[in-house]
Amino acid sequence: MATTPLTTVPQATGPARTKRRPGRGQLGTAMLFLSPALLGFLVFFAWPAVRGLYLSFTDYNLLSEPTWVGLENYAAIVDDPVFWNSMGVTLQYVAINIVVQTLVALLLAVLLHRFTRSMLIRGVVMLPYLIANVVVALVWYWLADYNLGLINSGLDAIGITRIGFFGDEQYAMTTIALVNVWRHLGYTTLLIFAGLQAIPHDVYEAAAVDGAGEWRVFRSITLPLLRPVLAFVLVVTVVGSFQIFDTIAVTTQGGPVDSTNAITYYIYDRAFARFDFGYASALSVILMFILAVIALVQMRAFRAGQSDLER
Amino acid sequence: MATTTLPSTVQSSHDRRRRFITRPLGWVTIGLVVFATLFPFYWMLRTALSNNRAMFSEPLSLLPVEPTLGPFQRVLGLQSTADALAEGGSVGAINFTQYLVNSVIVCTIITVAQVMLSSMAAYAFALLEWRGRDVVFGIFLVALLVPGMFTLLPNFLLVRELGLLNTYIGIALPAMFFSPFVVFFLRQFFLGVNRSFIEAATIDGASQWRIFSRIVLPIVMPQIITIGILQFIFYWNDYLWPLLVGQTEESTLLTVGLGVFRSQTPQGSPDWAGLMAGSLVAAVPIFILVLVFGRRIVGSIQSSGVK
Repeated sequence: MATTPLTTVPQATGPARTKRRPGRGQLGTAMLFLSPALLGFLVFFAWPAVRGLYLSFTDYNLLSEPTWVGLENYAAIVDDPVFWNSMGVTLQYVAINIVVQTLVALLLAVLLHRFTRSMLIRGVVMLPYLIANVVVALVWYWLADYNLGLINSGLDAIGITRIGFFGDEQYAMTTIALVNVWRHLGYTTLLIFAGLQAIPHDVYEAAAVDGAGEWRVFRSITLPLLRPVLAFVLVVTVVGSFQIFDTIAVTTQGGPVDSTNAITYYIYDRAFARFDFGYASALSVILMFILAVIALVQMRAFRAGQSDLER
Repeated sequence: MATTTLPSTVQSSHDRRRRFITRPLGWVTIGLVVFATLFPFYWMLRTALSNNRAMFSEPLSLLPVEPTLGPFQRVLGLQSTADALAEGGSVGAINFTQYLVNSVIVCTIITVAQVMLSSMAAYAFALLEWRGRDVVFGIFLVALLVPGMFTLLPNFLLVRELGLLNTYIGIALPAMFFSPFVVFFLRQFFLGVNRSFIEAATIDGASQWRIFSRIVLPIVMPQIITIGILQFIFYWNDYLWPLLVGQTEESTLLTVGLGVFRSQTPQGSPDWAGLMAGSLVAAVPIFILVLVFGRRIVGSIQSSGVK
């Protein structure tokens, strides 16, 4: 399932400018080179996509053949309070995760850019991103455990009431969002750091000659020139963030009281705990639609931002 | 982004400006982030080396409590039931040695097949001339945008119908043939290959396969290794797909095994020491890869954002 890339993708450079050779093309050879990937694309991307769409219009429990029910699943979803709750908690997760992560990463990237080129520090900061979600979730589940965890034991020792980080419905989703900030901070920082390195020095030079203060330079020069990179970072992290699953699955499993029942976890629950594949497929279609809209809106912002660097 | 300004000039003009992020304050912040990044890993180790029973009386001890290798022996299936119970550990049928083997085999199959077959596709998209190339490439890119969740359920059904649930090949199958991301990534590098090599080989009558395997692949080998490492780490860390498809002892991957272990609560609460030992077993191979290839990984992630 490689649709969530570990690193992000370089921007497209447009159609390849290959010199056209005279005579016939290399279609036959190309097909030989392409056939395994094409097979994989058709069997494990195209066909499942079509089938998923089809199943969303059916009632299917794995035991008998799917039966066509038209828009019934979608109608049921509109009236499903658990669905609306899952959208709500997912948005809550995405908002906390993205805002905190982007702001801290921006600060950290600016600091690293200013004070050090150390590859070691960048490597260390990136480390959590390369560790499995499951491992990261378990470490924090342990650190924040109510009775025995280090954090609550520390709070208790200095006379502060223990906090149910994962067990209290008021805090659970925030905790999960911050755990994933910890995991993704380094990755986001590296992308922004690279963006800072791409800003030419002479721009700053000119600002310094004009006597601009530091905050003003950051606000009027650094931030606008960083906009394309920030927009790109946001597209990737928001779309990824919406699909939060692993952390929830190994810690709260949607609870307490559905307070962490995010949309992907709900889909998983409908499909594999209740074998309601038709309904789960319809939820997946809706999720994909939402993600497509978000990506499109953000891409537009991205394209608008690109001109800043080129101006 | 060539710049004509000398860094030293920039530095001096920086200094003339009023700063409100001073050097000490900046370094303190960087130091805090580095500490917050590394401390949880230390805490994993501290916990994994502790006696699970004794640990509960000293939750704030910075050093392992009654240091023991028991938790590691326990998760690797090397500890007797009596010893495990004495240390307050889980005695369930958890065998991370088996899961480690499963993870290594599955991730190696996926990575080798995927990078090999994706590089062939990338070659066809970058360096061969054929009608419809850009259209087909565009269609491939669509796969990049489809969220994993959407193809997950139907792919589960497909693997189930093929009778491949709970097998290595069943877990590996959907990812083996290509990754749109890898095709896209490698195509960029293939486009940068100096074409005079290829033209010379064509004139000498070399076949396309020979040009691909003997000329182009060696040139981009560093990038292929980097992407291979990144993909290996990605599949090593993957959870949801192997959770659905590999549920027997012989097909459980490390991440899935950890999830199962976590839901076992032998004496009211999880076997934290064992859980952290298992987590380290899953994380150590990544630490090693980062130690050896860290520079490449950092460089690759950085360059992916701005190009």
